[in-house]
Amino acid sequence: MLLIRCPYCEEERPELEFRNAGEAHIARPTNIAAESDDDFEKFFFIRANPKGVIYERWRHIHGCARFFNAVRDTVTDKFVMTYKAGEPKPAKLPGASK
Amino acid sequence: MNAVFRISGAGRLSQAKTASFSFDDRPYTGIEGDTLASALLANGVHLVGRSFKYHRPRGFLSAGAEEPNALVQIVRDDARKTPNVRATVQELYDGLTANSQNRWPSLAFDVGAVNDIASPMFSAGFYYKTFMWPKWAWKDLYEPKIRAAAGLGVSPDKPDPDHYAARYAHCEVLVLGGGAAGIAAALAAAETGVRVILADEQAEFGGSLRFESGARIDGQDGYAWAQAAIAKLKAMDNVRVLSRTTAFGYYAQNFVGLVERVSDHLKSPGRELARERLWQVRAKRVVIATGAIERHMVFANNDRPGVMLASAARTYLNHYGVAVGRNIGVYTANDSAYAAAIDLKKAGINIAAIVDLRDNPAGPVIDEARALGIEINFGRAVVSAGGKLRVSSMSVQPKNGGGERTIPVDAILMSAGWTPSVHLFSQSRGKVAFNDETKRFVPGTYAQDCVSVGACNGTDGLAASVDEAFAAGAKAAKEAGGKVGKGAKPKVDAGESWSRGMLGAAPGAGPGTTVKAFVDFQNDVTAKDIRQAVHEGMHSIEHVKRFTTNGMATDQGKTSNMHGLAIAAEELGKPIPQVGLTTFRAPYTPVTFGSIVGHARGALFDPTRRTATHGWAASHGAVFEDVGHWKRAWYFPKAGEDMHAAVNRECVTVRKVGGLFDASTLGKIEVVGPDAAKFMELLYTNPWEKLETGRCRYGIMLREDGFVYDDGVVGRLAPDRFHVTTTTGGAPRVMNHMEDYLQTEFPHLNVWLTSITEQWAVIAVQGPKSRDIIAPLVEGIDMSDEAMPHMSVREGRICGVPTRLFRMSFTGERGFEINVPADYGEAVWEALWAEGQKHGATAYGTETMHVLRAEKGYIIVGQDTDGTVTPNDAGLDWAVGKKKTDFVGIRGLTRPDLVAKGRKQLVGLKTKDPKVVLEEGAQIVADPKQLIPMKMIGHVTSSYWSENCGRSIALALVAGGRDRMGETLYVPMPNGTIEVEVTGMVFVDEKGERLNG
Ligand SMILES: [Zn+2]
Repeated sequence: MLLIRCPYCEEERPELEFRNAGEAHIARPTNIAAESDDDFEKFFFIRANPKGVIYERWRHIHGCARFFNAVRDTVTDKFVMTYKAGEPKPAKLPGASK
Repeated sequence: MNAVFRISGAGRLSQAKTASFSFDDRPYTGIEGDTLASALLANGVHLVGRSFKYHRPRGFLSAGAEEPNALVQIVRDDARKTPNVRATVQELYDGLTANSQNRWPSLAFDVGAVNDIASPMFSAGFYYKTFMWPKWAWKDLYEPKIRAAAGLGVSPDKPDPDHYAARYAHCEVLVLGGGAAGIAAALAAAETGVRVILADEQAEFGGSLRFESGARIDGQDGYAWAQAAIAKLKAMDNVRVLSRTTAFGYYAQNFVGLVERVSDHLKSPGRELARERLWQVRAKRVVIATGAIERHMVFANNDRPGVMLASAARTYLNHYGVAVGRNIGVYTANDSAYAAAIDLKKAGINIAAIVDLRDNPAGPVIDEARALGIEINFGRAVVSAGGKLRVSSMSVQPKNGGGERTIPVDAILMSAGWTPSVHLFSQSRGKVAFNDETKRFVPGTYAQDCVSVGACNGTDGLAASVDEAFAAGAKAAKEAGGKVGKGAKPKVDAGESWSRGMLGAAPGAGPGTTVKAFVDFQNDVTAKDIRQAVHEGMHSIEHVKRFTTNGMATDQGKTSNMHGLAIAAEELGKPIPQVGLTTFRAPYTPVTFGSIVGHARGALFDPTRRTATHGWAASHGAVFEDVGHWKRAWYFPKAGEDMHAAVNRECVTVRKVGGLFDASTLGKIEVVGPDAAKFMELLYTNPWEKLETGRCRYGIMLREDGFVYDDGVVGRLAPDRFHVTTTTGGAPRVMNHMEDYLQTEFPHLNVWLTSITEQWAVIAVQGPKSRDIIAPLVEGIDMSDEAMPHMSVREGRICGVPTRLFRMSFTGERGFEINVPADYGEAVWEALWAEGQKHGATAYGTETMHVLRAEKGYIIVGQDTDGTVTPNDAGLDWAVGKKKTDFVGIRGLTRPDLVAKGRKQLVGLKTKDPKVVLEEGAQIVADPKQLIPMKMIGHVTSSYWSENCGRSIALALVAGGRDRMGETLYVPMPNGTIEVEVTGMVFVDEKGERLNG
């Protein structure tokens, strides 16, 4: 079981309190009705599924109930960092060599 | 019976405290502190089991958790019959009853042993090759027979009456293993003041100090030092010391599962004690001090009872005071077996000979053995063991061949060397590295915040282990935030040290095809099987493992993995690290289901949700059905009624008079705030801004892909307040869906969402008399059609308590849904029931609800839709706001496939024979004469007998359904094809007049 830091509660809590909510930083287009089929496909269906660092959304559903973003390594399952929803993708990851 | 192999003056147990026990119905006497193994050995009993495949007689190999052979069934009572208990770890208690396993009719004469003679048939891969054909026979014939013949213990056939506890714990330093290294690490960490947990699988701490007779630490005997150190640790507030506790699994982020055996060693545990306790520990740092496990020698008949690990014999002598024989042979490839021979010799046991595979070893233990007058043979091998139910001799040969000499013995002690226990390190995802010089895998690259110390790290010698462990314990504590410790490092005055040895098959292991030189005792895997697997093309060690089942039994190859690997490597002509090690997986030793399940069984397995009227329904004969976690009244049979009769009566009564239905389980969400209407516009397809306060609307929620996600009636209580209902099953996910959009896509909207499902009990009163039933109880609400038309909501009081009174209908009749605070639900229901009785109304359950709504063509999301249905497919296009520029799903709805022709659409079906009720889920075809596989054009989603229509009715999703009105379609079923006519979805009151009837 993982420990996940909720950026709203500002503490690490057990994985049982959280639920994964898919890839992060995929914004719903403001004028979605005007999107082309290709753009809608990219927005709704296509996901990165990387081996390594993934940016994803989690919800502290059995805690403060807030959605937030996390950076996790899909190989080691290690959480690199978490941050609040709406904050930009971090330019530099803590502990990253380059 | 006299325990004639108990050596007076040897061991640490008090001879005065005896304990009676039985094994295979024979009574024996042991002493307190014994294991079942040591107690049996004290009585001269070596034969304790039959092997898995060949039913060969087996004795004790070890004195610990690695035991592959001595598995017994411990019987406490009718329900407590634990199979596959390792006799080497089962502590003796007075009255213990144990039985051997896998033998019939008796241990000494076992019919299954014919497998041993027929063994060429049962070679590696036997199961895969032999039982291939015919296909059906595996499940019905071969597997049941094989399982019956090749077995371990027998599962208990009654529910487990014991209970199991569970604890979570956090600490800075978790030390796994309580031998000298683990204790030293714990002492160092504890001195810094951080929280320390020290766990060991044995009843007493000390690890190999239990048998290392020469160890001296801080001026004391090693074992005595360990006990003093444990007493000191136990007295510290920041330390938790757990004995009889196995670390079985090492998971992500230093999360370690421990199982503590609380009462299996007690005569009468009593109800208040749990049997086991699961500890889920989260540690900042983990110190792994799990020691090493001695390997056996691989030679012919090395499984005869009486052939055992040298360290085991030494443990039985030095800790339990038991000699494993009177005339003992020793077969070794390293120094440690000499120490066993020396200890036994000094205790007055004859050592027939030491046979050492090495050519010219030298060292103090060899000198000492020689000085004691023990015969030592270098460069020789034990090529086979004689005897059957007990070893009787060993045949010795020069290792490169030559004259054979047979030496009578009643036990053989073996040591091929020591394997570091890297199981937990490996489970932590650490990568092991092969040390070519010492021929062993040791911890290499770490993946987590842990450190291995002592023998499991490949550190040789007591002094070096204690030094390394103490430093590691202090460092771990400091890294986890501890102060600098001031404790003194334990000083090792004397200790043993050995490494090296051999891997793989010794000369007495074949190559003959009938030679049985066991690599894996529990799974009956011989050296020959491993060689054969390689010859048959298994070149990966993982394949060899699965083909031969080497290392796959309950002992998980603790003694066999390295030998198996070495034989495979030799056969492949590759160095060992290139062949690789199989993966170590949790659990380290078997873990009971009970300890994993803990309290989550019976009523506590899964929550049950009951509505406020549950008690009333139960006392009125309701039959309940499970809907998610809810118990819902399904139907209310009167005396003599079956389900069919009850549902027919309920359906007719509701349309004729009226009925009461508990609708509390529907999800309810309050959407509140200045932007509530804007939010509703975005989350539902319908327009909401213009919905007047006090009015209701049927809303449809889509996912972004345009498919129907949920539906429900929404009432506007105020300009900034909506009372939203959802499907019963959809309540949590709809709430999550709304929160997701509110928090992440539309955070600019000032809206609050609150789940109010449990706050309000909901009683639906439906039928022509519904208003007459309710009105006498209502205050402050004008219920006339003019003041309160269909699809409106009012707030007032009923029976003196607050209500949100909806006028709405899921039956097509005039209807109301009365929301009252849940605590008043049952009282209001009783009052309504009393009123209803005056008119002849009925209580009805979910089945009648389903029939009545289907008669009206009202869909149930999740039954008539399946996640690929658009509002248009369901005939609900009218509920999509055509002028809206945005809502969730608006773009999805215009995807090419969603606007294509020929999509499946929801329609009604009438069977040509009105008495025939279709099966829900049945497939529909246009042409019943076509060849199989037929082209299916849809399926039945809802189907019932409608007493009100006097016929069956059904809803179905059919390709191009709305263009097929009046068409005849076919439903092929196993016992004939059913003809159906495509119709509209409304079977009762097509004009909707009854809503005001
Ligand atoms: Zn939180």
